[in-house]
Amino acid sequence: MYKDEALERVRQEREKWEQGGLKKVLSRFPEQKESYENSSGVDVKRVYTPEDIAGTDYVEDLGFPGEYPYTRGVQPTMYRGRFWTMREYAGFATAEESNKRYKYLLEQGQTGLSVAFDLPTQIGYDSDHSLSKGEVGKVGVAIDSLADMEILLDGIPLDKVSTSMTINAPASVLLAMYIGVAEKQGVPLSKLSGTIQNDILKEYVARGTYIFPPAPSMRLITNIFEYCSKEVPDWNTISISGYHIREAGSSAAQEVAFTLSDGIAYVQAAIDAGLNVDNFAPRLSFFFNSHLDFFEEIAKFRAARRLWARIMKDRFGAKKDKSWMLRFHTQTGGSTLTAQQPDNNIVRVALQAMAAVLGGTQSLHTNSRDEALALPTEDSVRIALRTQQIIAYESGATETIDPMAGSYYVESLTNAIEEKAMAYIQQIDEMGGAVKAIEQGYMQREIQDSAYRYQKAVEEGRQVVVGVNQFQIAEPAPEGLLRVDPSVGEQQVKKLQELKARRDNVAVQTALDELTAAAQGDDNLMPYILKAVKAYATLGEICDRLRGVFGEYIAQDML
Amino acid sequence: MEKKLRILIAKPGLDGHDRGAKVIARALRDAGMEVIYTGLRQTPEQIVNAALQEDVDAVGLSCLSGAHNHLFPKVVELLKERGAADILVFGGGVIPDDDIPGLKVAGIREIFTPGTSTESVIEFLRSNAQQ
Repeated sequence: MYKDEALERVRQEREKWEQGGLKKVLSRFPEQKESYENSSGVDVKRVYTPEDIAGTDYVEDLGFPGEYPYTRGVQPTMYRGRFWTMREYAGFATAEESNKRYKYLLEQGQTGLSVAFDLPTQIGYDSDHSLSKGEVGKVGVAIDSLADMEILLDGIPLDKVSTSMTINAPASVLLAMYIGVAEKQGVPLSKLSGTIQNDILKEYVARGTYIFPPAPSMRLITNIFEYCSKEVPDWNTISISGYHIREAGSSAAQEVAFTLSDGIAYVQAAIDAGLNVDNFAPRLSFFFNSHLDFFEEIAKFRAARRLWARIMKDRFGAKKDKSWMLRFHTQTGGSTLTAQQPDNNIVRVALQAMAAVLGGTQSLHTNSRDEALALPTEDSVRIALRTQQIIAYESGATETIDPMAGSYYVESLTNAIEEKAMAYIQQIDEMGGAVKAIEQGYMQREIQDSAYRYQKAVEEGRQVVVGVNQFQIAEPAPEGLLRVDPSVGEQQVKKLQELKARRDNVAVQTALDELTAAAQGDDNLMPYILKAVKAYATLGEICDRLRGVFGEYIAQDML
Repeated sequence: MEKKLRILIAKPGLDGHDRGAKVIARALRDAGMEVIYTGLRQTPEQIVNAALQEDVDAVGLSCLSGAHNHLFPKVVELLKERGAADILVFGGGVIPDDDIPGLKVAGIREIFTPGTSTESVIEFLRSNAQQ
């Protein structure tokens, strides 16, 4: 971006500075740390200059917002046109209670829903399953059938509100339930917008709510891509997630690399199943974490966008610009929250949210201050939402697009993260792709190593965590935390029994038998799942039939 | 020579958050203990079977899903039933302070909450687990 002679002058002046003023100060006052390495393994320099981005070409590497390679953002006007979607991940106890929380959040100015399901729902067990005991309604809402979904979304206009659902292995079933509710509301499927997470690969790596082995799981995902491209065109069919990979301990560069490797695997699987890349790629979306290192995070988002655009264009030959765009949701880093002095978390979240906005996110969840202790209270969620509103309306960060562009540091970091991520992706390619790398435990080991390194750094005091290993105070036990009523499990079991007594059980069995037969063949399973859901077959019944055909995934855990 | 402590680190229930369990497992191993990790989604029965089979001195349970009040006491109960009440049980995860006294009454010897250093877990085991 600079002329050779200009760079030469910078070099000369830098050397003069290093030998002069800098040297003098360093000899008397050493710096606080010997090295300033960030999570991605970049040795952060004392100061950045045009020399550090001498190889960057403005038009090729940055370009303009809404244009390839999208380093500066996916829309031409970004937040001047519309803010990101403010979406707080919520759900607990019963559908009734969660519906109340959604309505509260919408009243408070939230602009989209984000549904958290309990673990039995995420793993395809009904609330009355023996493994569900103690887990019903705990980390999210319990949904056993379309009847629960009708209550969950009662009074919420699905043609106006977009909904993100954190559901993976049984994503097709929950999507079918959502469609079922939309039809009852009289909303045409072409008007539905939202996202299912539907990202099974990272479940094997970092999140743990898998059901089936990789091959049938990839089939279910491809079936959804195909079905939605025809029937629910504005639905984001997958949210390829780095969030949980990062929470499990990865670095920023690993987060980008492993997420995009998973993305490559999904695109390849769909192409192999005979789909045209430009028919499904525009509906792929991503989900990243925003952690503590402010500039590293901003650079990470920019690098991810550029790298994905290049992968889609060069590797997969996608022609549509929408296929090249990496659109993403962000959540602030849950594992950065501390149980100690929990109000400090409000500040951490604000910084992380700002990094996400400066990184050009399309939607954002800000964590609540009490999430290291329990599910958030209504007051805590409101502060989290207000944090987003303050950034949007008061901070000025939204007035111009990609304001960090041109920073020698941020551009240099963007290049470095892209390079490091690319090297990982090549390594995974050499192993035979993401599925193989996961089966061999490669990603899992890399993540564990990073997590352990971080823990050691904290314990040895090299990494300061305010309120935990420095600046501690004696504090009383926190009060007023949210508790899920332990009778939720019983209530849910009773609802299931009532449902099974009143539905047409012959229709349920027929639909389940047809689904089983289809699973044994090659048909797209979505229409069969929809039929079963509309007959009020339960999530557990549907998943059990699929377990019978597909088998279950057994993790090989290693330390 | 002193016998090495044998520790089972287990993930009861459906919770998939295993960062903490794995970090603890590795720290205990680095501290010279023999560590067995069960992996995710273990029932209390499976955990107790593994503890007996591996002849461990202590079982560490990790749960971040809120199901600890159901799952942790069940493990202690089953160990007692199988005549292995001498195996020390400890736990960790997102566990509200209010729940800790009840868990201790149920026989879980110590609960480690977020922010705990691995060093304090190591010390606890060295002074409490049977050699």
